[in-house]
Amino acid sequence: MTAVRKQMHLAAHFPGVNNTTVWADPRSKSQIDFSSFEHLARTAERGLFDFFFLAEGLRLREHNGRIHDLDVVGRPESLTVLSALAAVTERLGLAATVNATFNEPYELARRLASLDHLSGGRAAWNVVTSSDGFTGENFRRGGFLDRADRYTRAAEFVSVARALWDSWSPAGAARPFAHDGRHFAIEGEFTVPRSPQGHPVVIQAGDSDEGREFAASAADVIFTRHGTLEAGRAFYADVKGRLARYGRSPDGLKVMPGVTFVIGDSDAEAQERAAEIRRLQVSPQNAILALELIWGRDLSSYDPEGPLPDIDPDPDSALVQGRVKIADPFATAAKWRALSQAKGLSIRQTVIETTGRQSFIGSAQSVAAQMEEFVAEGAADGFILVPHLTPGGLDDFVEEVVPLLQERGAFRTEYSGATLRSHLGLAEPVWKG
Amino acid sequence: MSAIRPLHLAVALDGPARYDADHYVGLARLAERGALDFVTLGDSFARPGLDALAVLSRIAPATERIGLVPTVTTTHTEPFHVSTAVATLDWVSRGRAGWTVDVSTTETEARLFGRRPAAPATDLWREAGDVADVARRLWDSWEDGAEIRDTATGRFIDRDKLHHVDFEGSAFSVRGPSIVPRPPQGHPVTVVDGTGTASREEAARHADVVLVRAGAPDKAAVIREDVRRRASAHGRDPEAIRVLVSLAVDLGEVEASPEPGLESRPELAAGGSYFSGGPVELADLITQWHQDGAVDGFHLVPLAPGRDLERIVNGTVALLQHRSLFRTFYPGGTLREHLGLARPANQYALAGGTS
Ligand SMILES: Cc1cc2nc3c(=O)[nH]c(=O)nc-3n(C[C@H](O)[C@H](O)[C@H](O)COP(=O)(O)O)c2cc1C
Repeated sequence: MTAVRKQMHLAAHFPGVNNTTVWADPRSKSQIDFSSFEHLARTAERGLFDFFFLAEGLRLREHNGRIHDLDVVGRPESLTVLSALAAVTERLGLAATVNATFNEPYELARRLASLDHLSGGRAAWNVVTSSDGFTGENFRRGGFLDRADRYTRAAEFVSVARALWDSWSPAGAARPFAHDGRHFAIEGEFTVPRSPQGHPVVIQAGDSDEGREFAASAADVIFTRHGTLEAGRAFYADVKGRLARYGRSPDGLKVMPGVTFVIGDSDAEAQERAAEIRRLQVSPQNAILALELIWGRDLSSYDPEGPLPDIDPDPDSALVQGRVKIADPFATAAKWRALSQAKGLSIRQTVIETTGRQSFIGSAQSVAAQMEEFVAEGAADGFILVPHLTPGGLDDFVEEVVPLLQERGAFRTEYSGATLRSHLGLAEPVWKG
Repeated sequence: MSAIRPLHLAVALDGPARYDADHYVGLARLAERGALDFVTLGDSFARPGLDALAVLSRIAPATERIGLVPTVTTTHTEPFHVSTAVATLDWVSRGRAGWTVDVSTTETEARLFGRRPAAPATDLWREAGDVADVARRLWDSWEDGAEIRDTATGRFIDRDKLHHVDFEGSAFSVRGPSIVPRPPQGHPVTVVDGTGTASREEAARHADVVLVRAGAPDKAAVIREDVRRRASAHGRDPEAIRVLVSLAVDLGEVEASPEPGLESRPELAAGGSYFSGGPVELADLITQWHQDGAVDGFHLVPLAPGRDLERIVNGTVALLQHRSLFRTFYPGGTLREHLGLARPANQYALAGGTS
């Protein structure tokens, strides 16, 4: 008897703002025009993907007191784009990253429920917190919450949102709600009936112990960076192991690492292409910037093709604003120096070597096999694919890899339901009226 | 006698709460068939129904020319989020966005947020003016052409064309710049109801379109003159403001029973304008008021859009077109073009400063 294969879940990350989009490629188009979002979303739906994913950033990064100008920047507001995409797609899930620190539960729960209605049950919310007070300068709230408070606020935020989504009975009767907690004291009546999938899907992205615990208690999907097989298995075991504490089954939380891919006619050709992509992602200017993120010092006078600086990092530096801080810059600098000396690498070569994140490289056959192995080995339930080209970066994958995954029985051949919850195999939340 | 100004027509999609997109898509397409300037959808955090901006974003790809103007309240929201959402509506509709600025004065709304108590309308309108101001600064915080993709230097943007807005208001501050590049219209169209005294000053300072509720042409003309005078005092060109009479219309005289959910007529504010009759009489009323030069056009608020919009488009508008008082097609693509309003210059590019 042949065992039924476990099918993987697939999501498409829109390659907008970041430093991995190869914007210098002539095929790279606008990251702002609606036509770009439409192209990628339609491609993902043609590939029967579970959902389309938008990241969020609420402040432009700064460097040395000036706006950073090397990365792709500029992005429209996610929930608004997704409402528009609901008009040009039929089944694809629509996931927005929205910060829980600089929003209010009533308003955001209403916007998410609205998207769920307007899309017929396809909305998802990736709950992020914010890592700095720099972002706070754009908001009434201002300032910054430390890590522990960020997650208690996020957890309370999600539970309030769920209470609001439950405040209408499935039969369509509105009931008043009241919540009095540490971060929020609100009451009234929610204006939107229970949404087509009960609650929009909740995604969590954040890797600390607090973040993982929050995901285990409240999320349907966890978006992780653990894209190697070993790290993936450890992460997977860790978060799945936390679920029992909340009375949840391991199937109730889907682990989806963000992964990149490069497809070629052969494995060798794909490797060559991947090297070229890395070279374009790490321009000489970006190589120096990557170093400055660790050293916290202005290194603009260094030659990207020369050796690493022998000065020490400045741990208290405010050179770079708007990026997650490196926890131990001294250790990282030492590791990079050792690597560079051992292999005789320049600054740029060292950065290419250490920050490489191409997860799956090879022919379509071998990419499909690698992905399947991840799922079989308990390192992931599926993947959030991060293309390096906007908006055509998913075309090859959908044309070449998806059919192979389907042949192997590792991916669906049609959507069986209409809602994102049904694509993900998640039960509709029990109404707690 | 001076030449008659072009007539502008807009229509509200409000009615009993609906939760399906198709209902609104159908209405907006109908309004677009009549070449109307824009549709509006009201909103408040306490009104049953979906988020208005989300509904009109959902409609954007399903329509081509018609302007899309949701109400956005400014009392409990983050001004930064408001500015990016409205700018994004402009991006997804390719230049057809506007927003009706409003405030939330009730304790009911305040308790939904639990952040601040209800406050007097005058204070909230002053704050709403600040929100309109910072929204425009954020829309301008990226100059046109800031994205350069210069492969030689590796620079994606020209940071000299991006600006901190450094807004300090009495209720909030915003550092900027925006995360969204300048929207297609430069500034999406700002609409304010200037009927009441609390909002009129802010309407004169910030609005491209001012709505007035008035029961007679001479009353509307008085408000229009007042708005224009105040706008001039703020250094604005009054010719760049359109004043539309917001007129509640009930074309259902011939109906035996009202649309489900419509047990009572909409409440009309003191001095509000209300029309009840047939499509031809409505066309006559519009013709009369417009020829008097009292207003630039009308914002029709049908009692039951599902019923009345058909009559407005196929009856009233068709007749106005026949009389050559209203356009039969859209000569332009953006809402500003429909309204005959120029794309605004960028305040930072004008200043020539860097930040
Ligand atoms: C895979 C992944 C994707 C993320 N995407 C975003 C994002 O789009 N926007 C954002 O503000 N934060 C994002 N974050 C940041 C987290 O939400 C969180 O704020 C940050 O990781 C700090 O929390 P932690 O200490 O638990 O990791 C992401 C994190 C991960 C791991």
